[in-house]
Amino acid sequence: MYSYSEFDEAFVRARVAQFSQQVERRLDGSLTEEEFRPLRLMNGLYLQLHAYMLRVAIPYGTINPRQMRQLAHIAQTWDKGYGHFTTRQNIQFNWPKLEDVPAILQALADVGMHAIQTSGNCVRNVTADHFAGAAADEIEDPRPVAELLRQWSTDHPEFQFLPRKFKIAITGSPNDRAVTRAHDIGLRMVRNAAGEPGFEVMVGGGLGRTPMIAHTVRDFLPKADLLPYVEAVLSVYNTLGRRDNKYKARIKITVHETGKPEITRMIEERFAELRPLFGGNDQKLLAEIEEAFAPPAFRVAPTDAYDAFYKADPAFRAWADTNLHDHKASGYAIVTISLKAHGETPGDATADQMREIAALAEEYGHSELRISHEQNVILPHVHKSDLPALHARLAKAGLATANVGLISDIIACPGMDYCALATARSIPIAQEIATRFDALDLEHEIGPLKIKISGCINACGHHHVGHIGILGLDRAGVENYQITLGGDGTETATIGEKTGPGFAYDEIVPAVERLVRAYLSVRTSQEETFLQTYRRTGIDPFKAALYDGEDSKDAA
Amino acid sequence: MSRRFIPKVVTANRLREGDVVYLTADDRWSLLHHEAELIEDEAQANLRLLFAAAQKLYVVGAYLADAKAGPNGPEPVHFREAFRTRGPSNYAHGKQADLV
Repeated sequence: MYSYSEFDEAFVRARVAQFSQQVERRLDGSLTEEEFRPLRLMNGLYLQLHAYMLRVAIPYGTINPRQMRQLAHIAQTWDKGYGHFTTRQNIQFNWPKLEDVPAILQALADVGMHAIQTSGNCVRNVTADHFAGAAADEIEDPRPVAELLRQWSTDHPEFQFLPRKFKIAITGSPNDRAVTRAHDIGLRMVRNAAGEPGFEVMVGGGLGRTPMIAHTVRDFLPKADLLPYVEAVLSVYNTLGRRDNKYKARIKITVHETGKPEITRMIEERFAELRPLFGGNDQKLLAEIEEAFAPPAFRVAPTDAYDAFYKADPAFRAWADTNLHDHKASGYAIVTISLKAHGETPGDATADQMREIAALAEEYGHSELRISHEQNVILPHVHKSDLPALHARLAKAGLATANVGLISDIIACPGMDYCALATARSIPIAQEIATRFDALDLEHEIGPLKIKISGCINACGHHHVGHIGILGLDRAGVENYQITLGGDGTETATIGEKTGPGFAYDEIVPAVERLVRAYLSVRTSQEETFLQTYRRTGIDPFKAALYDGEDSKDAA
Repeated sequence: MSRRFIPKVVTANRLREGDVVYLTADDRWSLLHHEAELIEDEAQANLRLLFAAAQKLYVVGAYLADAKAGPNGPEPVHFREAFRTRGPSNYAHGKQADLV
């Protein structure tokens, strides 16, 4: 697996030393909070509702067992024994003390991790398909390119003070598991007519208060041109982006206001200037990175044990049906470890669970791990013959919930339980929905269904692209929840449609149940998913279920 | 006609730990909302906020939050402030643990 160079390590340690001094100066009064705030944010440290929060980067969601153990150590030593994996493939610690943060950053640096550019108006943590390097449908592993982008963007002098934050997502597969169309730049690997790999480049997507699906500005960009092209996009945005109004500062607004033809022309013009300046150095570096991302030595072994277990054990079969995905290597599977046990906080893992996951990755998974934007952990390379033993270990650790892609596999932002920006809570809604449908024993009957919950209009919970999206708002001093339907974060990305007035806190879970029961009553067969049914019928049967003849209250 | 002033408490986060705290009438920072000074006068509220903002080695992000009188002292008016008095709803962490 790729590990940081000496340059990277020296850079990260220098930043830790610098920030440690800044913390000392804040604590002794040499720095005011106004002076200190931008410095702490540059190092991923926020002040939230109840405490500080440290956001640690997990570039493209890739992490190794040693790093996972260090996260467990941090959770246990300086936090409250758990960490929260986010929709940006990062991890957040919710309770660090300011004076402990330098030690935490030092501990992260010891394993090649950091919190740089997890905040601020810069290029944020580059995200990628969580099945990268393993997916059966993959053209190429997107992580080398993501790492190239990480190195290029880290402390890039031109792009440290952009109009707003900037998010890049990348997938190496035609099937989009990285929500690329909802990012400032989305990159989707494709092949041209000659079979050469390159990228479809999408610009100007984003959720938040003005949700937009990205425009494709290049159907095919040769792989070798990627870095100068991305730099051209950033360069144009840095020039045109609105700095007068933070709500209009994202590139999606720039694209909308400038128009796709003109912004495409400007990007191409800037690209023509930049391309010769790269001189091939980026490709030399990329080749080195690609070497470091070489796949593990997959073994060839029979899968009879898996087949027999699958037939004999219903619990294992249910888990295998939902939590396994097709691997590119024969005899292997991709395992998603659900961090969505019914009633638990989506995305949270205890220190003990993190240690067990690290051990399992070493024993059964070629020492590789990924964090998904859906707040789960992936073991990308597990031989099928190891799956029964792996499942038993997961079950013992409370990590064998068979619900990936189902109604309780909910994305939920921290909401007003933690976040200073939130306008309502997300976590208890997710907990109650999961508990309710578990009690109803309907989850597997319902099939694939993505519920995504945000506690404010910034949409960290991706509610706009949830099949059922829930947005928590403050309506006259009361928590109120708006529902959107039909959202989709894949290659057929769609922004969900608002159903109507919102629901009070104690009404939202019954409203979701009515929606699901409406789906079950109008689907043509068990094979027709919620999203397919919604696209066939439109919103009317669902609106009727929500608002007609029930005791739903318009709390808006 | 001027708007009726809603009584306030001064709240902030502790600089070192981040804990939610409230300014008391005797100039302490308390973890307990009901120990806060309930300020009924707008000018006095602004003066107390200035006092809080000057406590730069102890607290950060001081502001005035709406409150009302209760049987045991001030009570929050808005649900956000109510959450701040007790901590998150998914774990007994923060204040919920500290105040046991």
